[in-house]
Amino acid sequence: MPALNELEKAYSALGKDRDFKREIDLLLKTYVGRPTPLYFAKRLSDYLGGARIYLKREDLAHTGAHKINNALGQALLAKKMGKKRLIAETGAGQHGVATATGAALCGLECEIYMGSDDIVRQSLNVFRMRLLGANVVEVAIGSRTLKDAINEAMRDWTTNVRSTHYVLGTVFGPHPFPLIVRDFQSVIGREAKKQVLDAEGRLPDYLIACIGGGSNAMGLFHHFIDDEEVKMIGVEAGGKGIVPGEHAARFAGGSLGVLQGTKSFLLQDDDGNILGTHSVSAGLDYAAVGPEHAFLRDSGRARYTFATDDEALRAFELLSKTEGIIPALESSHALAEAVKLVPVLPKDNVVIVNLSGRGDKDVQQVARIKGIEL
Amino acid sequence: MSRIGKKFRDIVKRGGKAFIPYIMAGDPDLGRTAELVRILEDCGADIIELGVPFSDPLADGPTIQKAAQRALSGGVTLHKVIDLVADLRKRSEIPLLLMTYYNPIFKYGEERFVHDASEAGVDGIIVPDLPPEEAGNILSFSRKSDFDIIFLVAPTSTEDRIGRVSKSSRGFIYYVSITGITGSKLSMDSSISSHVSKIRSMSGKPVAVGFGISTPEEASEVARFADGVIVGSAIVKRASDPDASLRDYLLSLRKAIA
Ligand SMILES: Cc1ncc(COP(=O)(O)O)c(C=O)c1O
Repeated sequence: MPALNELEKAYSALGKDRDFKREIDLLLKTYVGRPTPLYFAKRLSDYLGGARIYLKREDLAHTGAHKINNALGQALLAKKMGKKRLIAETGAGQHGVATATGAALCGLECEIYMGSDDIVRQSLNVFRMRLLGANVVEVAIGSRTLKDAINEAMRDWTTNVRSTHYVLGTVFGPHPFPLIVRDFQSVIGREAKKQVLDAEGRLPDYLIACIGGGSNAMGLFHHFIDDEEVKMIGVEAGGKGIVPGEHAARFAGGSLGVLQGTKSFLLQDDDGNILGTHSVSAGLDYAAVGPEHAFLRDSGRARYTFATDDEALRAFELLSKTEGIIPALESSHALAEAVKLVPVLPKDNVVIVNLSGRGDKDVQQVARIKGIEL
Repeated sequence: MSRIGKKFRDIVKRGGKAFIPYIMAGDPDLGRTAELVRILEDCGADIIELGVPFSDPLADGPTIQKAAQRALSGGVTLHKVIDLVADLRKRSEIPLLLMTYYNPIFKYGEERFVHDASEAGVDGIIVPDLPPEEAGNILSFSRKSDFDIIFLVAPTSTEDRIGRVSKSSRGFIYYVSITGITGSKLSMDSSISSHVSKIRSMSGKPVAVGFGISTPEEASEVARFADGVIVGSAIVKRASDPDASLRDYLLSLRKAIA
């Protein structure tokens, strides 16, 4: 609690600090490469034969995913708070890479917690983190994925709170994390809104994003929440189907609970223990979802659905072949929903899919799944 | 007054200090837990903390994490631990606390939990992931019975925070000796004792110290300034040792906490 109070205070002070904002904006432009393009995916739109699909190209951001928007912001925040060391959890490894990058940029020590299952399936990113000077700590307890990495990072933070800032990677965890992460990610929707107005002269009909903890989705949705004509769809990981332990679709198979300092939808058993999860994508393989998504679902402002492993893998290949863009397996879940939805929409509808990351990290795993030796 | 309140009153009267051991309920099965409770009583425990296994024990180190996994794989749940306490109450009046995380209570239903647990003879709870500002409901249900909710104070807690915890905590206040998780290495320095006296004078409640205490020497050192000494991981580690050596260890702790 004291650490959270300290963070909340520092963040609200810096939020008003013009220089801090200018520093971040400059780095977003010159280091991250923002604004990321909003790309009209003509061949994919033609192929699906319905609405016009735009891709928000977070895959083109430095380090290859939206995670850098938040990690860089928090790294600068930590530096201003006088912290010497950053820690983070990672599932797909993108947030770990982004945090290691932020640490390198700010001259801070860095330690990344990662489940042993994820270390195997995202080995490329493990090596990237090490190249960036971070120490990757294997978490071999529990489900050996993202949830357990968060547990270990929180244990580290409790132990080293005086020297260390915990860079939480998604809109989850205790307040003020969901707020901070949403703020840093909302650059996605702010840009997309301007870009779609430039390109189409109007707001989109649909926003689609995948949901692990929900940061890329919150980042895209936030600036559109008051535009009621814009429909928002969050896509969770349906894994092998909605059977306990075989998926990570919290809204399809979960219930209200409290985990890691957050009250939200959880995959849990009748005794309140957290269930195992499965997804082909490490970044969505998590038993809980950000609390603001639970709120948006309850209020009916956003709709939540899921895509299975197979649907995501098909979308992964489809985008690669039609557009020459290899998407992250996480983002492929959002694409899979577009594949289902777009053909039944009128041709003049506009859909923005958040392409939260690029798929280089997943190439080896997809080859393995297809039984191809590299 | 709760059993815990009475126990501390008696201990203070005779000028002693409370020995508060922790064990994981259901590690490796509930039968062993019942035996261990008897052994702990025999060896002079004043209050016993029963850990409730949870899938994601954020405040615990590897020893207790593994104990929880063993208990969970044996199918032990919060319901079963409450039933165990009802059973123990047929023969024992020792104060019993549950140490559990919040989600199992939330899922059980806070009101029903407080009702069932106190009915069974549970005297109170320690919930490391429940700060007083989020505990309004459970505090109000617990006031209807003699059910103590014990909150934690950390070395990093500000005066403000100590004040808040002091007001809400009932039974005693749990001072966490280190910034860290259970089973970490204790580093004894003078700040622990000054924190404890400050908390005691601010709250007027007994202060027990836990996390990282494992040897009789450490226990004796802590007992010099604290009202109670909590030993967890070190006992959990020895829970499957032969009873004779476990008893020797527990008796050495008991002797040290005077
Ligand atoms: C490319 C990519 N997209 C999405 C996610 C899911 O996270 P979130 O829901 O917070 O955006 C991850 C997480 O690792 C990711 O790497």
